[in-house]
Amino acid sequence: MPLTREQIAARAAQELRDGYYVNLGIGMPTLVANYVPKGIDVIFQSENGMLGIGPYPTEAEIDPDLINAGKETVTEIRGTSYFSSADSFAMIRGGHIDIAILGAMEVSEQGDIANWTIPGKVLKGMGGAMDLVSGAKRVIVAMEQVARDGSKKLLKECRLPLTGKKCVNTVMSELAVIDITPQGLLLREVAPGVTPDDVQKVTEPKLRISPELRAIKI
Amino acid sequence: MNKVVANADEAIRDLQDGAVIMSGGFGLCGNPENLIKAIHRKGVKNLTIISNNCGTTDKGLGILLQTRQVRKMVSSYVGENKEFERQFLAGELEVELNPQGTLAERIRAGGAGLGGFYTPTGAGTQIAQGKESRVIDGREMIFEKPLKADYAIVRAWKGDKWGNLVFRKTARNFSPMMCTAARITIAEVEHLVEVGELDPDQVHVPSVYVNRIFQGTSYEKPIEKRTVRKG
Repeated sequence: MPLTREQIAARAAQELRDGYYVNLGIGMPTLVANYVPKGIDVIFQSENGMLGIGPYPTEAEIDPDLINAGKETVTEIRGTSYFSSADSFAMIRGGHIDIAILGAMEVSEQGDIANWTIPGKVLKGMGGAMDLVSGAKRVIVAMEQVARDGSKKLLKECRLPLTGKKCVNTVMSELAVIDITPQGLLLREVAPGVTPDDVQKVTEPKLRISPELRAIKI
Repeated sequence: MNKVVANADEAIRDLQDGAVIMSGGFGLCGNPENLIKAIHRKGVKNLTIISNNCGTTDKGLGILLQTRQVRKMVSSYVGENKEFERQFLAGELEVELNPQGTLAERIRAGGAGLGGFYTPTGAGTQIAQGKESRVIDGREMIFEKPLKADYAIVRAWKGDKWGNLVFRKTARNFSPMMCTAARITIAEVEHLVEVGELDPDQVHVPSVYVNRIFQGTSYEKPIEKRTVRKG
């Protein structure tokens, strides 16, 4: 059974460790915050200038001066700090963020990522994505492996304009956990009931299968 | 020394067609609402606006697009504005997209008197095209130039009459660097206080960077995405 979006987020959350500073992208990665393992402290960074993002506010707590990078209203926690955009990206580029978890339209077997534009379609901009993929210590992509139009997203080479080159460490999808290594893609975990063949069918490059291959546990 | 002006219209009295303006704010958070409205009223045209976003279709900097006052936008993300998209696709609006951290650092470099910087952000992507690149400590880096402006317009929470500024929560964002990078920096504040009332240890922008300051009025503080949990 392929994982749901919630389950992909829950699996990604298992990568978090006590004391980690973490940046979550917009969309599915945001759900990761709901699954932080019990008993550890993880500080979420928002690139508009905040460390220590709390839950969404109640109606009474809403503060228009307090939003996350997705422009959603949020709250602070005990220990929150605020800073400018220059400080925020010094933190990101300088390698002080332990993990960035973000979505992608395409990932290549070299770890290239494309997630900011589709030429000739909508114009939005890269926001902080190029800085995050080049600066975070570890980059995890949480995405579905097949696009809505049925095309594969894990490719030999990205076709869309890149967000960053050789920067993705791990892809977590509805079917699998796949590491990007100098030798190519390494299949480490499969969703319950999913076979390596099922994953290979929707993955353009050849997968190597880890000797320790196991089922994803949620 | 007298930096206090009566209102936004007086603050932009010498703003002319073709000006380059940095505007603080992230989305609709921390926008200099009074100053944006005054620029709208004044009707100056052919502006270059440097700001992380361009407001929404009918809020924030978006209102300057509706009246075709903007010739060029320098931003990192412009996704919430239909009029922006229409003008861009019709070739009526020039757009220069920068990675958000590169935009922040280019502004910082402009204010700090630097000639630019090398960054790994964007190396090997289309934003590296036409830029110098070199390998530093084994990593490919691209050269980014500083950004400066004729005017910076920001909103702070508190400011004193000398122009010392304090921001509140995530309304700070790009504003502190923008204050340093413009020929004339104008701050509108929610609370204009006397010199000496701000704790010197808590000042985010020292007064040297601010040329004009005034008490803002009628803050709307629109919210783009009102996300709530059950109380």
